[in-house]
Amino acid sequence: MNGGVNSSGCLRAFQDGFAAALIAPAMPSDAAHDVAGEIARLVAQPGFAVYRNTVRKGCIDALQANYPAVSRLVGDKWFRAAAGIYVQLNLPSRPSLLDYGADFSNFLATFEPAAELPYLTGVAQLDRFWTEAHVARDEIPVPAAAVAEFAAAELARVALRPHASARWAWFRDAPVVTIWGRNRTTATIADGTGSPASDFEWCAEGALITRPRGAVEWTPLGKAGCAFLDACAAGGTLAAAAAAALDADPGADLGALMAQMLDAGAFGRLTVHDDTGRAAR
Amino acid sequence: MTTGLSAGLGLKPQHYEEAHLASADGLWFEVHPENYMVDGGPRLAWLETIRGRHPLSLHGVGLSLAADAQPDALHLGRLAALVERFEPALVSEHLAWSSWRGAYRPDLLPFPRTNESLARFVDNVDRVQRALSRRIAIENPSHYLRIEGHEYDEIAFLTEIARRSGCGLLLDVNNVHVSARNLGVDAEAYVDAFPADHVDEIHLAGHSTDPEFGEALLIDSHDAPVSPAVWNLYERLIRRIGPRPTLIERDDNLPAFDVLQQERRRAEAVLHAPARRAA
Repeated sequence: MNGGVNSSGCLRAFQDGFAAALIAPAMPSDAAHDVAGEIARLVAQPGFAVYRNTVRKGCIDALQANYPAVSRLVGDKWFRAAAGIYVQLNLPSRPSLLDYGADFSNFLATFEPAAELPYLTGVAQLDRFWTEAHVARDEIPVPAAAVAEFAAAELARVALRPHASARWAWFRDAPVVTIWGRNRTTATIADGTGSPASDFEWCAEGALITRPRGAVEWTPLGKAGCAFLDACAAGGTLAAAAAAALDADPGADLGALMAQMLDAGAFGRLTVHDDTGRAAR
Repeated sequence: MTTGLSAGLGLKPQHYEEAHLASADGLWFEVHPENYMVDGGPRLAWLETIRGRHPLSLHGVGLSLAADAQPDALHLGRLAALVERFEPALVSEHLAWSSWRGAYRPDLLPFPRTNESLARFVDNVDRVQRALSRRIAIENPSHYLRIEGHEYDEIAFLTEIARRSGCGLLLDVNNVHVSARNLGVDAEAYVDAFPADHVDEIHLAGHSTDPEFGEALLIDSHDAPVSPAVWNLYERLIRRIGPRPTLIERDDNLPAFDVLQQERRRAEAVLHAPARRAA
C-alpha cells in the first residue's frame, strides 16, 4: 500500500508524541518535527484528560481485579495509590489484561510503604498463582487409582508431572497462606477488617493451588510437599521427589502427602522411567 | 448481511448463567475476545456453553489497527483461534489505536485522518481479514479532542476503508452522540450521512458527564442506561436503513440481567417496526 508518501512518518510521530503525553505530565522534549506543538495543543484541551484518566483507570482496575486479596488487605485507597505508581512505571505489554502485573509481587517487594507488611509480597504471589491456575490449559488430573496400581518397587521409577494449573510455594517468614485465604474469600472476617487477625500462629506456611475440574482450589502444603513438587517439576522420579521431600522435612509422612496431592489434582501426567532414567511409558 | 441477529447484549461473567438460560429469538451475545485469550479454564468453558445456544460476536479492543505498525502477530493468531473455535456471527474492531511500541493502553486513541493513516489502516484491515478468513466491521470511536490535520471527515474515511478493504462498519450511535456534543457537530446529520450499505452492526450504550466540565464534555462510559437522545438517533437511523444487529453495551455499574433485557427488548421493538420505516 502507499498513498500519502509526502506525509509518511507523521502518523508515527503523532503516536510517539501522544503516547508520551498520556503518561508523562510534562511534555516530551524529543518529539519529532513540530508534533510537540501539535501535541501540546491537544494536551491543553479538556478532553485530553479523558484519555489520560481512562488509560490510568483501566490499568489500575485491571491490577485490582488481578490482586483482590492484596487490595482487601491494604484497602482500596492504599492499593490504588500503589497501583498508580506501578502503572506509571509499567504499562501493560498486551491487551489481555489478565496478564497485567504478573510481576506486581516484585514491585511490592521493593515498594517502601509495603516494607512494614512482610506478608504482602507472598499474598500477591498467591493472587497471581490463582489467576495462572484459572486460565491454565484444561487437563484431566492423574487419579489416585493410577498411582495405586504400581507395586512399591515400581513406584520409585514413576514420574508425575505437575498439573498445568498447579502452583505451589513455601513462605518461610510469615503465615502468608492463612492471611491470603482470609482475604481472598468474600466471607466476613471476625474482626471486620482485612488486616491479619491475632487468632492464628505466626509461622511458616505453604500452599498448593490447582484447578483440577472447573474451579480453582487451594490447600495448605508443607515444606516437604513443596520440595516434592519442585522435584517433580524438574522431571524427577518419585524416588527423587521423596528424597527431596525428606531432605526438606525428615519427619514428613510421604503416604499422607501423596494422598493429599493426588486428591488436590496436583499432577497432570504419569510416566514410568526405565533403568537408564528415560521415560518408557 | 443476513445474520438473523436481532438485538443482543454484551456478555459479562456475572451474567453467564442467566445468559445461557435466556431464550429469545434473535438474542445474541458479544464479548471482548481479549478476555478469552487464555489457554483453558472456566471462561472458555462458559463461552462454549453459551455459544451452544446463542450466536456470538467478537468485539476486539486490542488490535490497534490505526497504529503505524502491523497488527501484533501473537494477538492476531489468538484472535484467529477464537474465531475458528467459536464461529462468531460478527467480528469487529475500532477506528483507533492502543498498542504502540510494545505497550498497550486500555483506551481507543485518536489520530489524524490522512492519506497516510488511511493506507495504513486499510492495509491492517486486509491483514486481519486474511488471517481470519472473514470480513470484520470497524467501529466509529468516541471523540474528545479537536485533532489538527484531518484530510478526511470520519464518514468519508470509514467509507473509503470499507470500499478498499471490503470490511463492514459498526455504527455506535452513543459514540456519535458523545462525539457530536464534544466536538460541536450535528449528530443527526452524521447518522443521516452514514453509508447504510456498509453497516453490519449497531451499538447502543450509556454515557456520563465529566465531573469537571459537565454536559460540555460527555464520556463514553458504558455505565448507564442508553440515553433518550441516543434512542432518538437510533430510531431515526433504523427508519432510514432498516433493521441491523443491535447491541446493548454495558461494561460498568452493571445492573441485573433483566434490566439489560428490558433495554434489549426496546431495541428489538424499534427493529421490528417496519411500518414506521420510510419507504
